[in-house]
Amino acid sequence: MGASAVPIIVVTAFWFVVGAILPWFVPKGPNRGVTQTVLVMTACSCWLFWLCCYLMQMNPLIGPEMSNHTLLVMKQEWGSSWKD
Amino acid sequence: MPLFRSEEMTLCQLFLQSEAAYACVAELGELGLAQFRDLNPDVSAFQRKFVNEVRRCDEMERKLRYLEKEIKRDDIPILDTGENPEAPQPREMIDLEAAFEKLENELREVNQNSEALKKNFLELTELKHILRKTQTFFDEMAESGHEDEHANLLGDDGLRAGGQVLKLGFVAGVILRERLPAFERMLWRACRGNVFLRQAEIDAALEDPVTGDQVYKSVFIIFFQGDQLKTRVKKICEGFRATLYPCPETPAERREMAIGVMTRIEDLNTVLGQTQDHRHRVLVAAAKNIKNWFVKVRKIKSIYHTLNLFNLDVTQKCLIAECWIPVTDMETIQMSLRRGTERSGSSVPPILNRMMTREVPPTYNRTNKFTAGFQNLVDAYGVATYREVNPASFTIISFPFLFSMMFGDAGHGLLMTLFALWMVVKEKPLAAKKIQSEIWVICFAGRYIMLLMGLFSIYAGFIYNDVFSKGVNIFGSAYKVNLTDHELQHHHSGMLVPNEANNHYRQTPYPFGVDPIWMLAENKIPYLNAYKMKISIIFGVVHMGFGVILGIWNHRFFGRNMNILVEFVPQIIFLVFLFGYLCILMFIKWTKYYAGAEDQALTPGCAPSILITFIGMVLFKYDTVALDGCENYMYPGQETLQKVMIITAVLVVPILLFGKPILFKMEMNKAKNHAVSEDVEVAGVPQTENHEGGDEPHEFSDVMIHQAIHTIEYVLGSVSHTASYLRLWALSLAHSQLSEVLWLMVLRKGLMFQDWYGGVILYFIFAAWAALTVSILVLMEGLSAFLHTLRLHWVEFQSKFYAGAGYLFVPFSFENIMEVQPGEE
Repeated sequence: MGASAVPIIVVTAFWFVVGAILPWFVPKGPNRGVTQTVLVMTACSCWLFWLCCYLMQMNPLIGPEMSNHTLLVMKQEWGSSWKD
Repeated sequence: MPLFRSEEMTLCQLFLQSEAAYACVAELGELGLAQFRDLNPDVSAFQRKFVNEVRRCDEMERKLRYLEKEIKRDDIPILDTGENPEAPQPREMIDLEAAFEKLENELREVNQNSEALKKNFLELTELKHILRKTQTFFDEMAESGHEDEHANLLGDDGLRAGGQVLKLGFVAGVILRERLPAFERMLWRACRGNVFLRQAEIDAALEDPVTGDQVYKSVFIIFFQGDQLKTRVKKICEGFRATLYPCPETPAERREMAIGVMTRIEDLNTVLGQTQDHRHRVLVAAAKNIKNWFVKVRKIKSIYHTLNLFNLDVTQKCLIAECWIPVTDMETIQMSLRRGTERSGSSVPPILNRMMTREVPPTYNRTNKFTAGFQNLVDAYGVATYREVNPASFTIISFPFLFSMMFGDAGHGLLMTLFALWMVVKEKPLAAKKIQSEIWVICFAGRYIMLLMGLFSIYAGFIYNDVFSKGVNIFGSAYKVNLTDHELQHHHSGMLVPNEANNHYRQTPYPFGVDPIWMLAENKIPYLNAYKMKISIIFGVVHMGFGVILGIWNHRFFGRNMNILVEFVPQIIFLVFLFGYLCILMFIKWTKYYAGAEDQALTPGCAPSILITFIGMVLFKYDTVALDGCENYMYPGQETLQKVMIITAVLVVPILLFGKPILFKMEMNKAKNHAVSEDVEVAGVPQTENHEGGDEPHEFSDVMIHQAIHTIEYVLGSVSHTASYLRLWALSLAHSQLSEVLWLMVLRKGLMFQDWYGGVILYFIFAAWAALTVSILVLMEGLSAFLHTLRLHWVEFQSKFYAGAGYLFVPFSFENIMEVQPGEE
């Protein structure tokens, strides 16, 4: 299981605020219902979209295949080894 | 909630006093909330009550159009203040008519006068030219005359009769240059060469008074002897339409005439100038008001058309109208009717009565400029049945979202957002321009849709990590190369396997979106394909499930609560147990199987293919023997659970097929029993009334067939529609590949040139790349993704709950009429 707490909490909290907190504060008017629907649907779909992407990469079954040339450059630019 | 379902409408009867009718209808037209029904459908247009008034309005429009034509001919700009004048009262109509009549007559008179003046001017100018040119002729003639005389004297004196001097007659005139050669030939032939023609061209072009063209003419003078030749010459001149002018013989007279002609030309010029000025002034004054007048006349005409729909009651004192109005607006309409009655000075207040009717009212959705675009998308497929759930309020988000899944590039999304933002911010000035191009009109009408599509595409672009086909590394990749240089050069081949031993992968994923390393990987496409196919199915099942759930509100609203049990429950069970379970399997596979797992059963080699698992589930095929080290199942109890789910899903289909018809039959039997036992009661049972309603089927067989079709559609549809959502994957793949090709083949080649000339080449290559990006990737792909999203909504989503058998509410509204008319003209 490779889930890190921080991104999950941050993203979920953000969409939670958009979808479950903000609708209560929509000003009364003829468009209240529509605005609430818009907020809730945006939050749900965007959060689900992000979640699927996160889950997919959490436990990868395969890794990236790259040419040695690319790997050399990557090693140079991004550093090597997660071991300190 | 306003947009959730269409408004409640009621049929109303309106009693208007004849005097007040006009003013009340005018007020209703400004309000735009009432749809009038035609109460005289069999009456032809010529027999209606207000046909004379309509004819007068047509006359006024004709006069206004004539005015407009004259104004445009003089290139006077027409002022369009965009103001909206009120419909004038009937007595003002007479004033307007008189004003237009006066203007038209004035213009016609001015035009006639200026035509006559121009003709006069032309004649005088031609005369002036003649007088000038003929002077030379006469001089020559005078000389040669002397010689001739000498010759005659010397030679032949047969011509001389009684010692008289030889006298030559002449005519002078002007003819079109093109006709001159033929004219000469004709003269020569007809007069047997006994006439003498001299001609000279007029250099300046003259204006033809009738057509206004500039033509070139020539002056000619013909000398002849005798009366017979004179008549012949005159006839030929007539035939060739040459204008003849009297030309005095003596030079002194000619000079006098020339002076007289010059003065007359001067005078005429002044008069002509003044006439033109007058005409110009009249037209400029008219141009200020002409738009106003057009609007007023159109309003009057539309009011009388509407009045023609009304019925005149027996006493001939009041008009009866029937109209559909939204129930919430009854107060507003009452107020405007009262206003209209006051304005017309009538004492009798109008009466607005609600009528009970079985007819299906029109569908009215109150939209603002933002929601109108989405409502149009839904209405284009089919107008919602009266008071059923309106998909438009959900389409506001689901449409741009599904579009963004297919368009998923932050760079292209940014371009789309900027363009839409420009259209939205500059709304008012752009709308005022009234650009006629149809493509622009459609584009502008969809500006809010485009804005949302662009914004969601930017989000999707960050999730897919695709900005103009390049990935961005915001948070630092989750992968690092954990190999020494020696290993890289000699031993490494292929994949950075992400298990814990190798330590290429830091064991937690990239926090937002796809890891940037995948943009550099050679196996990017298979990896992303697996991802995109899965999310397409997940979102597809969610979208369709949402559609089925929306059906609950329709069932409850129309009082068909039993339908929830026999339609909704089987449908949702079928969808969730089969395709919802498919999604759950995907989530299990994502969380459970892992390259670095310690348990070999959870390593990638043992990860089952979801598709094979699903097929096995449906076919009841379960492997008893697993591969080495692997397990048969993804979780304990899988076989039992899957068998139970399949059997339940299959069992639910007959409920869907027979549930409603059986209920129908039970109701019919109950009604028959009731009717038999209580035949005195006139009111009858509500169920019988339902049977007699307009669209309820009468027969059991109708219901059975209808439900059979619905069941087959739903069952087959859930399979085919679920697969149809894979287009979300397909278009996203196509888009990313197209943009990658554009990068590789165009922009990258430009960036590879070195030195200063590389900069010049890059300048042109960038232009090509930008043009191709906008035209192919943004426009073409955008249109394509738009179309596919539309199809997904219309077919896959709406078929789960939408009937779409209503008709649109078209109120009598001046705004609508004003919008339509300019396009027609």
